[in-house]
Amino acid sequence: MSTAIGERALDRLPVSRYKWPGTALLWLALLMVPLWVPWAGGYVELAGRALVLGLAAMGLNFLLGFTGVMSFGHAAYFGLGAYGAGLMLKYVTGSTLLALFTGTLLGGLAGTILGALIVRRRGVYFAMVTIAYGQIFFYIAYRWNSLTGGDDGLRGFARQPLGVGSWVINIQNNATLFYYFLLAVFAIATGAMAFRLCSPFGRTLIAILENERRARYLGLPVERHIWLAFSVSCFVCATAGALYALLNNFADPMTLHYSLSGEIVIMAVMGGMRTFWGPLLGAAVFVVLQDYISSITVNWMSFIGLLFVLVVLFFPRGLLGILGQRGAP
Amino acid sequence: MSLLEVRSASKNFGSLMAVRQVSLRVERGEMRAIIGPNGAGKTTFFNLITGFFPPTEGEIWFGGRDVTRLSAQRRVSLGMGRSFQVAEIFPELTVRENLRIAVEVGRGLALRPWLGRAKARLVRQAIDEVLAATGLTTKAARLAGELTHGDQRATEIAMVLALRPRLLLLDEPTAGMAEQETYDTVALIRRLHRMNRLTVILIEHDMRVVFHLADRITVLDRGRLLAEGLPDEIAANPAVQAAYLGEPA
Ligand SMILES: Nc1ncnc2c1ncn2[C@@H]1O[C@H](COP(=O)(O)OP(=O)(O)O)[C@@H](O)[C@H]1O
Ligand SMILES: [Mg+2]
Repeated sequence: MSTAIGERALDRLPVSRYKWPGTALLWLALLMVPLWVPWAGGYVELAGRALVLGLAAMGLNFLLGFTGVMSFGHAAYFGLGAYGAGLMLKYVTGSTLLALFTGTLLGGLAGTILGALIVRRRGVYFAMVTIAYGQIFFYIAYRWNSLTGGDDGLRGFARQPLGVGSWVINIQNNATLFYYFLLAVFAIATGAMAFRLCSPFGRTLIAILENERRARYLGLPVERHIWLAFSVSCFVCATAGALYALLNNFADPMTLHYSLSGEIVIMAVMGGMRTFWGPLLGAAVFVVLQDYISSITVNWMSFIGLLFVLVVLFFPRGLLGILGQRGAP
Repeated sequence: MSLLEVRSASKNFGSLMAVRQVSLRVERGEMRAIIGPNGAGKTTFFNLITGFFPPTEGEIWFGGRDVTRLSAQRRVSLGMGRSFQVAEIFPELTVRENLRIAVEVGRGLALRPWLGRAKARLVRQAIDEVLAATGLTTKAARLAGELTHGDQRATEIAMVLALRPRLLLLDEPTAGMAEQETYDTVALIRRLHRMNRLTVILIEHDMRVVFHLADRITVLDRGRLLAEGLPDEIAANPAVQAAYLGEPA
């Protein structure tokens, strides 16, 4: 398109003819993390953290980037995922996969139910209610000392080795193996999102984003589709939260707090909410800067805030947008 | 039984009575024009019919069914297709993508995780048909937002047609169009009406268009139903003449 008025909305979708080289490169880089990250001065756990928060930001962006609906409360589902996985490992089972599954289900179902109550709200009202929901869970976790450990967080559990038949994969003590476990779950979750987006359903989300009135006057049940997108995005955030608990062997009440919701939004917007993979880049930048700057000053958040403002002012399409619409994965 | 029946519908915005107890019956296959000075309540009346907002009073019946309390999207799925005074399209999508979404939603495929080969072919055919019917075939790959006013309107009408509506409501389809575009649009509306026996209600400013197309004309003035009848009767109606002379459209 020579005289494009802007970008083409379907360029947001993760799959297209000219995107596969970028996508292939990205996966290659993710697969080789244990090789190049230490060489670049990082460590594998840090990459795992970026991957997990990146998954949360991509989950949020399934809603934000593809329907235009903003939630400031997605930490709630992330945190429920973390507590769900942690409680399961601590009190019920020694199965890491079952804990992951439980956390995903807990956060995902909570989001699905609560989402049904607010899809008629829009804009600021929607955002406010999502914050309020989040704070409810925060206070429950904060107060219910005996179950959740209160403000100390939930401790006393650890991810367990994966048993596959007679094989045992030691993700417990081997950081590299655990990274590949995270990457496998990440691949499934992002694959599921990409598949959903490249279907007629994904196009209805872009229709809502582009022109809600027209979408409605095509006979599209707009609220139902926003609700479904909200639900998918909560499930993905819950998966990320459960992985986060496994990563740290710890569930922190701050994973439920709205400040984390805000950070997830920052990652998505900074990385580029008009792209599928942008939020992953945003999360990586966020996590690396946090790790690096917090060793120098406690005011690391103001640096990230400054960077965020600069990106929004000068690169409104986000960091991945700088790479150019066509080449970006 | 009429396809559409509005029973004494009113709409107040605060103290403004935008539509006051207007009734209307439109028969199957009819081409109806709604005219009236600016601010007469024509668009508001369309909004009542299509469920943009509920009426303050009165009832809307469509296809023998009371739809007064149904949402806009339900009415669309019952067969009401509507264009807006300012074309409502997906500007950052190509014309073909605009139509693809319309076809997929219109055929109930919007929740499908995957379109099989057969369904995908069906969708493609439906798109090509509508493109041909609206003369947009050569513009299918253009971004809708880059098109001329006239072509954007044609795209909007094409999207609505892709839903295979029983009733087509067009809000000033030729507004702001050049001579040739107006001519093409009128020809398009007439062709759709003739070929598919589509029932059409159009709001129109251009009297040549109205008298050219309409079977019957309804005149609104300051929210009230001023007159209704055949084009000749309306042209000869002194109250209509007064309304137009007193407050030029
Ligand atoms: N949503 C609304 N809220 C308040 N007033 C409105 C609204 N829509 C229309 N009006 C008012 O109702 C009157 C009729 O408007 P409209 O139906 O757009 O007229 P027309 O289409 O005949 O030009 C106008 O005075 C307009 O300002
Ligand atoms: Mg109007």
